[in-house]
Amino acid sequence: MYTFSHKLRNLAFTFMVIGFIGLVYGFLSAPSTVEEAKAMVATEHYGENHDTDAATHHEDSSHADQTHDNSHQSEGHSESSEQVHDTSHDEHLLHQLQNKPWAALYVAAFFFFMISLGVLAFYAINRAAQAGWSPVLFRVMEGITGYLLPGGIIVIVILALSGLHFNHLFIWMDPEVVAHDKLIAGKTGFLNVPFFLARAIFFLGGWTLYRYFSRKFSLAQDQANDNSNHVKNFRISAGFLVFYIVTESIMSWDWIMSIDPHWFSTLFGWYVFASMFVSGITAIALISIYLKSKGYLEFVNDSHIHDLGKFMFGVSIFWTYLWFSQFMLIWYSNIPEEVTYFITRIEDYNITFFGMVAMNFLFPLLILMNSDYKRTNYFIIMAGIVILLGHYLDVFNMIMPSAVGDQWFIGIPEIGGFLFFLGLFLYIVFTELTKAPLLAKGDPYMGESERFHY
Amino acid sequence: MSNQVIHALYDDDDTLLAAVKELRANKHHIEEVYSPFPVHGLDKALGLEETRLAIMAFIYGCIGFSVAVAMINFIMIADWPQNIGGKPSFSFLENMPAFVPVMFEMTVFFAAHLMVITFYLRSRLWPFKQAENPNPLTTDDKFLMEISLHDNEKELRTLLKKTGAIEISIPQNTEE
Repeated sequence: MYTFSHKLRNLAFTFMVIGFIGLVYGFLSAPSTVEEAKAMVATEHYGENHDTDAATHHEDSSHADQTHDNSHQSEGHSESSEQVHDTSHDEHLLHQLQNKPWAALYVAAFFFFMISLGVLAFYAINRAAQAGWSPVLFRVMEGITGYLLPGGIIVIVILALSGLHFNHLFIWMDPEVVAHDKLIAGKTGFLNVPFFLARAIFFLGGWTLYRYFSRKFSLAQDQANDNSNHVKNFRISAGFLVFYIVTESIMSWDWIMSIDPHWFSTLFGWYVFASMFVSGITAIALISIYLKSKGYLEFVNDSHIHDLGKFMFGVSIFWTYLWFSQFMLIWYSNIPEEVTYFITRIEDYNITFFGMVAMNFLFPLLILMNSDYKRTNYFIIMAGIVILLGHYLDVFNMIMPSAVGDQWFIGIPEIGGFLFFLGLFLYIVFTELTKAPLLAKGDPYMGESERFHY
Repeated sequence: MSNQVIHALYDDDDTLLAAVKELRANKHHIEEVYSPFPVHGLDKALGLEETRLAIMAFIYGCIGFSVAVAMINFIMIADWPQNIGGKPSFSFLENMPAFVPVMFEMTVFFAAHLMVITFYLRSRLWPFKQAENPNPLTTDDKFLMEISLHDNEKELRTLLKKTGAIEISIPQNTEE
């Protein structure tokens, strides 16, 4: 049995406290009137931000010039009914700045929730495939999926607060906007607050139900004399995977893509899946290595770590493939309503947008290519931390541009949100790990998994 | 006398693997093992050097990538400038996204084909080559171990028998 060390518990609480303070600071410092918002931006413009802004604009100006006019036309189109452009622009700015702490909260909440959902999918795949190498890691995976329900509830609460107009993260929730926007008005059959929240609760309910029964059967198998629990687990895992890939896809449209209600991408569900899958596998590897370094998981050998490393490497490339497929098709066809998505990202988010590709693709590609490196804990941890931060940035790039526009900054609220949910994640996951023996000894494939060698 | 060998035939890969370990523990030199399929862990048991094919694959991939860049630059930019996706910039870098699939495929193509060719050459395999296989059974379901003999036939025979060999023979070298 694993005991949650005081050191780690204190660290988790410290993260939560620091993060909470950061978030509160973010909410308190958000402007409440247009004048305040304008004042904030005015001081910022003479501040340090100016240099980097100018640099990024300069880099892209040649690339974006031809398409820039197009994007403005399409944006202007949706707002064309508004006569007083200046005041609407200022209000827009106010909304963006008010969104900032909410978006920081939402990005971090979703990111850590996504890790545990990704682990749940990985776990179900291993169960359904009757994988022989991974049963030694089942309890670690079950520990991480312990965060699914609390993390999911937090995300749904944030979505519900958006539905109650505490923030403007989802502009389609604002009846004013919908009234003046034909495109969104056409989508209200799907994008309306009650149906949206009902779907969210249904999805989380389904995932949690699978998690609950799978965990139950897994624990029961430890004491059982036959394989009936294992077989039941196999069946529900196969069923869950079908449910998961449909609901995960719709979830990604709902929770992320609908932040840009005009824009759509048909592979978005896969893209978010790749991101959560690689983050989940990385989390399994990091937590396994941590537990091993503390003297637990003595049955996990470097071949298991090697396999996790291969998954990290492979799924990172899969993620890049989807990232690039999405980018290239939209870049190539250059349809105004689609291409605005990437123009805002390349113009205003240049560093995070391309930095993320370096962190999620180039770095793992070069570091994890060598077979021996995948067996070395040091390399897995280094690559893992970069991958996790890279996928945080990925979620950041998916949500921030439409929520806060060019007013983004990775400052106190963003780091605070990250630390708060990191602390919560660590606390819940490691508490869950103490609840059961770390070896699922009843699993019929345990022998194969323990002898596993490359 | 020095190039005389003894052949031991096995009918199970686990037995073979155990035998290889046993023989090497007794300081016998195993010349070669013939097997109908790759036996997991045999290379380590035989103490073979790690393959350098992976390094070659990386180099071939880099060559393929460079060829793709040069080729696509010549075709699409230099020789006959193309208007790509309605963006007539005629610059390689600005049109790069459209070329990525070509670069990727050429990298894989070069790495895969040159790696296979290298592997064949390194294994001394080419078209119309006569098989060096001493016993055709090793292309079916048997495994053959070839151990060099240094006037220790009796000792080796008992040892091989003990490790589970189903047939032990000394091929007569007719050429010398």
